[in-house]
Amino acid sequence: MTKTLVIASRELHAYFATPVATVFIVIFLVLQGALTFNLGQFFDRGQADLNAFFTFIPWVFLLLIPAITMRLWAEERRLGTIELLLTLPITQGQAVLGKFLAAWAFFAIALLLTFPFVIAVNILGSPDNGVIASGYLGCLLVAGAFLSVGAAMSAVTRNQVIAFVLAVAICFVFAVASNPIVNDFLAHNLPALAEFTRRIAVIDRFTDFTRGIIALRDVIYFATFIGFFLFLNTVLVDQRKAD
Amino acid sequence: MPSRVADAPNETALIEIQGLTKRFGAFTAVDNVSFAVRRGEVLGFLGPNGAGKSTTMRMLAGFMIPTAGTARVQGHDVQNDSVAARRVLGFLPEGAPTYPEMSVEGFLRFCARIRGFSGAELADRVDHALGLTTLQGVRLQPVETLSKGFKRRVGLAQALLHDPPVLVLDEPTDGLDPNQKHEVRGLIERMAPEKAIVISTHILEEVDAVCTRAIIIAGGRIVADATPAELEQHHPSGRLEDVFRALTMPEAA
Repeated sequence: MTKTLVIASRELHAYFATPVATVFIVIFLVLQGALTFNLGQFFDRGQADLNAFFTFIPWVFLLLIPAITMRLWAEERRLGTIELLLTLPITQGQAVLGKFLAAWAFFAIALLLTFPFVIAVNILGSPDNGVIASGYLGCLLVAGAFLSVGAAMSAVTRNQVIAFVLAVAICFVFAVASNPIVNDFLAHNLPALAEFTRRIAVIDRFTDFTRGIIALRDVIYFATFIGFFLFLNTVLVDQRKAD
Repeated sequence: MPSRVADAPNETALIEIQGLTKRFGAFTAVDNVSFAVRRGEVLGFLGPNGAGKSTTMRMLAGFMIPTAGTARVQGHDVQNDSVAARRVLGFLPEGAPTYPEMSVEGFLRFCARIRGFSGAELADRVDHALGLTTLQGVRLQPVETLSKGFKRRVGLAQALLHDPPVLVLDEPTDGLDPNQKHEVRGLIERMAPEKAIVISTHILEEVDAVCTRAIIIAGGRIVADATPAELEQHHPSGRLEDVFRALTMPEAA
């Protein structure tokens, strides 16, 4: 575990040693703010909650998370440092987990910086801060899920553009799987599949959190999701590290 | 094995490679390569570009998975007992890759932490490695601002950090100026009695200068395995360069 944390800490420092962190966090906050206030009609709704904020955040993640994860392994390959990292006395699982934890911590920092939204609704009204907290937990889990997909896709190819597009595509499938359009279509044509896609969908689970429901099955879902893609990531790194 | 005396003549080899083979599709990069390196030996690994030097070294470092054959480092199989093998190995990968945004000291501290050092011991290890490679003057500089020769020495410092019994260095003197080359050769010579060292190089004079033994590899196969002096007798001119050409040209044609 110590080695995993050493890797995670190096990675996290690397985000902030380059302009990546600053650019990313600024864009994230501007985008999230613009969507919440304008498209989400934060003020017009006249309700002291963060529903508008939570509605948009998975879609912002869908776009921005693959941009962070595409370089995770591709960059190590480009620099040749993958050969250094994986010949240090660590297991590949430790390397995969370390990188993932660093990216997750980075998103946690970006999420923390959205605190003015929380302050704003608390000044304007009296929101249920428990619901807001559970919504934030949901955000963190969605970020973790998308990050695990993006990290695995980065290990598939040394081309960062391909890694980005693959990650967006896969995250998109998991995001829209519970959408009524998709679900009604499948329910009419392939009822068996409709049930399945609803179960694997990310957004439905996330909505539970934004309503203040922290259900064990949802937490298990996210843990399984992340675990699966981290495992896939480890296998892919092992198979393709020297390509 | 720790109970064995370091200079015992029948000591088990620190590096044992047996029937190592690596195929990429139909192309065989390394073909049934076997050799062993004992403590006190400096093995020069020679061959034209694409002969399979780096691939062999990568398999030895546990980075590439062999298609067939085994490699052991101090008795640890690089595949089945991978982490233990890498713990006793100092490896300088081809091109000496380092994280560009990190400072020299930051990078070495990272490697030392991964290798399980902490506190005062970690600081000592890093200082010692910086001293061996004369990098103290640039310890706080980001690696990306350094010249090629300095970067190479940062990679070397990383490999020496934990004072490993086995060193595998892929072109350790590439990109160094003549003075730096001289220093690195001196460093290798000083460390040689305690360790088993494999270096790959294109510079044949280096083999004469530091190696106790040389292996020439061409087309993935070992074509010669002898001391530099013995190799020189292979050609009437007595020059290593001519021996190298004679042994490796048929494959290149």
